[in-house]
Amino acid sequence: MSEPHIPRQNPIDARPWTFYALATLFGLYLLFLYGPMLVIYTLAFQGPNGGVTFPLVGVSLDWFRDVWRPGQMANIPVSFGRSMALASLVSLLTVVISVAGGLAYRRPFPGAGAVFYIVISSLVMPSLLVGFGIGLGFQFLGLQPDLFTSALGAQLTWTLPFGILAMFAVVNRFNRAWEEAATDLGASPWQRLRYVTLPILMPGILGVALSAFTLSYDEYARTTLTIGARNTLPLEIYALISSATTPMLFALGTLTTAVSFLLIGVTLAIVLHMQRRREWASLA
Amino acid sequence: MDPLYDVELVAVTKRYGSTVAVDDISLRVPKGGYCCLLGPSGCGKTSTLRMIAGHEGISEGDLLIDGRNVTDLPPSARGTAMMFQNYALFPHLNCLDNVAFGPKMRGVAKTERHRRAREFLDLVQMGDYAARQPAQLSGGQQQRIALARALIMQPRVLLLDEPLSALDPFLRVRMREELRRLQRELEITFVHVTHAQDEAMALADLMVVMDGGKIKQTGSPAEVFEQPASAFVARFIGGHNVLPWKDSMIAVRTDQCSIENPAGAAGLKGRVSNVEYQGPTIRVALTTGDGLEAAAVLRDHVFKEHPVSTGDEVTLSWPEHCAHRLAA
Repeated sequence: MSEPHIPRQNPIDARPWTFYALATLFGLYLLFLYGPMLVIYTLAFQGPNGGVTFPLVGVSLDWFRDVWRPGQMANIPVSFGRSMALASLVSLLTVVISVAGGLAYRRPFPGAGAVFYIVISSLVMPSLLVGFGIGLGFQFLGLQPDLFTSALGAQLTWTLPFGILAMFAVVNRFNRAWEEAATDLGASPWQRLRYVTLPILMPGILGVALSAFTLSYDEYARTTLTIGARNTLPLEIYALISSATTPMLFALGTLTTAVSFLLIGVTLAIVLHMQRRREWASLA
Repeated sequence: MDPLYDVELVAVTKRYGSTVAVDDISLRVPKGGYCCLLGPSGCGKTSTLRMIAGHEGISEGDLLIDGRNVTDLPPSARGTAMMFQNYALFPHLNCLDNVAFGPKMRGVAKTERHRRAREFLDLVQMGDYAARQPAQLSGGQQQRIALARALIMQPRVLLLDEPLSALDPFLRVRMREELRRLQRELEITFVHVTHAQDEAMALADLMVVMDGGKIKQTGSPAEVFEQPASAFVARFIGGHNVLPWKDSMIAVRTDQCSIENPAGAAGLKGRVSNVEYQGPTIRVALTTGDGLEAAAVLRDHVFKEHPVSTGDEVTLSWPEHCAHRLAA
């Protein structure tokens, strides 16, 4: 009698057909997500006589140079500087307020629930309306809307709820015994914060800083009605798109993406370095 | 005059809202003593320790450390240092900086505090691990660092919250010996919270059995084991049968019981429910007709002379003088 045929492949190791279906779907999603951007990054290197579509007429860095030249329609270098300054300030304020809030919420206090919902509710309010309201408010009070007043406030309504929620998650993993140990070893409340609480929370704090920065850096809807006379970069870009279209826009998009990735990369490197120091054993 | 006691609790009560966690307890721990607070979870032993440390406020009563009333002083001004459950080592600092943390907070210069931290690392045999991060250490090693970090504060009293419960049984016995050795060498008072009676018996000069926020018995391990004050204490420290006998409750040590029935000895009839081999001894458990459980721990040669097995009808007996009457 011959041996019955046994398929060599272990059925547990074999991938079901759904794996391939989902993998294909994911591939298409990646193409949809990054395809247009790849086109933009490529066309940013368009030759001096080329247009906003394929084919590439030669290769040049002309359009990148164009970005730095203040034009009639938009002044990219100056608005980039404003965006960076505003995003830095938004990031700093978000971190300070969120860390304080996150630490405060470790203990129940009267009105904790109400305060929480008030803070979070600005997430669900339509962004244009928030900007509109702040703009109207300034007008009503006879104040001139500006970068570091109305626009700053409008952006904080967006970054603060995110910052607070993120800090809740970060603080949740914080062991109170660390603080008690610090107190036991003679640390004053200030020393405890400086040498124990903040250093331990630092990876999470950097994450909040980064996300607040990027949220501010490309914020449009809330900023547009509160900015006053001095535009941020996204507003300048929008003005450019609606007026003239040259490959300079693509060069600009490429540069801003590079800035974002640089920021994320640096932050990630810092956080990873911190974690590696702490969890070396589990990685090794 | 030098006070006799390092830690003195005077009618101390701890309330959380309307619940009473520690109920009017008084306790004196002699100088250089090893005191174990023993009890089931929720008995108030950890609250008591945390009140001594100053991490919980005292609702009522007074706390004296080295003869000084420290009830309203912050933790660092009490002359205590605490070793936390799971150690609470600072994850962002290496071992040396963890140990040097206390001196740093006091403003001791870097070279000096590092020199002293190395001394204490050597004391707990962790000198080679100064540059390691806590996450790179095993549980036992982390515990030594936590010990060094507390001892560098040169406390009068070291407070230990379940220090051995995170270790495996083998390491637990070794660290137990080490704790006792350090306590003896440094001549400081240890107050150690545990729920394991074997740990308390092995370590304590003074054993404090707690339940429901009250102290049930205080004494040397031998006193507590030989004369348990109540049925609760007898059951909790183990090794006893707690039985109703001649109109009162008695506690009788399982190792003083036997399964034969010599003339004149008291006896309890029952059926063998389990026979457990323990190496030098055999534990015979039995259940009586009305559902009472009891056991006899017999030397192996005694058991071999009259072996019994599960289901046998037997009589549990003990010499009359071994029965310890319990207060109701």
